[in-house]
Amino acid sequence: MDQLHTWLMSMAGDAEPWASYAKYLPKLLDGAGLTLQLVVVSGLIGVCLAIPMALMRVAKSPWVWGLPYAYIFFFRGTPLLVQIFLVYYGLSQFEAIRDLGWLWDEVLSQPYWCAIIAFTLNTTAYIAELFRGAIQSVPRGEVEAAQAIGMNRYQQYRHIILPRAFGIILPAYGNEVILMLKGSALASTITLLDLTGMTRNVIARTYMSMEFFLLAGALYLLIAGAIILLFRGLEHLYSAQHRQPRLAAKGLDPQLRDQHLDDPS
Amino acid sequence: MTQAPAALEVVNIHKQYGDVEVLKGISLTAQDGDVISIIGSSGSGKSTFLRCLNLLEHPSKGEIELRGESLALSADGKGGLRAVERRQLERMRARIGFVFQSFNLWPHKTILDNITLGQRQVLGRSKDEAIARAETLLKKVGLYEKRHAYPNQLSGGQQQRIAIARTLAMDPEVMLFDEPTSALDPELVNEVLTVMRDLADEGRTMLIVTHEMRFARDVSSQVMFLHQGRVEEYGPPDQVFGNPSSARCREFLSSHL
Repeated sequence: MDQLHTWLMSMAGDAEPWASYAKYLPKLLDGAGLTLQLVVVSGLIGVCLAIPMALMRVAKSPWVWGLPYAYIFFFRGTPLLVQIFLVYYGLSQFEAIRDLGWLWDEVLSQPYWCAIIAFTLNTTAYIAELFRGAIQSVPRGEVEAAQAIGMNRYQQYRHIILPRAFGIILPAYGNEVILMLKGSALASTITLLDLTGMTRNVIARTYMSMEFFLLAGALYLLIAGAIILLFRGLEHLYSAQHRQPRLAAKGLDPQLRDQHLDDPS
Repeated sequence: MTQAPAALEVVNIHKQYGDVEVLKGISLTAQDGDVISIIGSSGSGKSTFLRCLNLLEHPSKGEIELRGESLALSADGKGGLRAVERRQLERMRARIGFVFQSFNLWPHKTILDNITLGQRQVLGRSKDEAIARAETLLKKVGLYEKRHAYPNQLSGGQQQRIAIARTLAMDPEVMLFDEPTSALDPELVNEVLTVMRDLADEGRTMLIVTHEMRFARDVSSQVMFLHQGRVEEYGPPDQVFGNPSSARCREFLSSHL
């Protein structure tokens, strides 16, 4: 980063506005790094928490699905900004929480961790709901085939239902990560210098709002593009088996040919 | 002298959906090597009956016994019966093979994985053992060269043959076939029937719900004709097809032969 900075400065010389661009671009990149960190960390923890939550959500007993249902309802139904404020400002109101020692000093009083917590809680709710839909859309017959062979519940989920649900969820999960990327701009409201926070900081010094907001937008676009590519790749890997062999139409088995015609892709 | 217990014995199976009774007390005994075809018009309850036998469908009344071992059933509170012990049900399901009309192969697994999964997970076979068994069966159904393909790269007839191999891999004592050729294009039916004919010739115990009357006549030891949830006619194929006593059965056959 320092090298980049020196290089940019030497390229730009003293001429404005280039000198400002050169000076602050590395700062924006720092901010983009934090943004990416927030999204990746909360996204990964979110998936891990969402799986058990989705499994509870599809249970038959209201005692089991009630809790995740209420959780999902709350986190999908309230603004992310409110959730961030609840964690960052709300929790500190309680004496008991301020007395938690290490947990308070190092985690709950730190804006970084508060943002991670709020984002994780939020994205977990969305991913769990996606997972629930995916689990329920695994074709019934495939599950029956597993039952008919004598697999127990755990084996059915482990080998058939969850892997299938994961394949179904992938495109929608990519979408959720992109929404999270854009939502992460709200981290700037609790003093974090993510891409948006850093940009506002820079603008406060340079008064070049159009330039730097455009630049920030371009960086967001770049990250979103990278996420889209990443998920394309994952989908490609994961659904390799769903790719139909491209055969000449007349050489096709009649049943395969029908599938080709039905399949809009 | 006491007889050896039948391979499969079901007594008085009833099934009710709300107020509609689709099965009105069906009993059946399959001795070792029996091939019993179940025929009847759509809506007669034949698929439901077959699905009740391994509890894919919950019967509302009845008893199921596999080689003398009776499946313990209790009310599920919704008018149906469920297994008292999941473990026992899973054990018995592993011993009863089921072949579906829509194949139901697992699309995210290769053909070989489709056939080894149950052996590894349910029967606890080693990987090598499971693969060896799968490869033998793939040769038997004539699809050895497809072992690394995925299900939707195969035609319907091929998928059904794989599904049969997947069931055979569990070494079931009884095999249930639920209209195994009904989802197939006409020109693909025969390859599946050929495999099933071989199984019958091997002396496997099979229950087959089918619309293929000629096949039923050729391979069956017994034929059951169902009408509106009741057994209307039961007997060896010559009798059921040649000289049925029920008027409904005669009517059905005249429109299907």
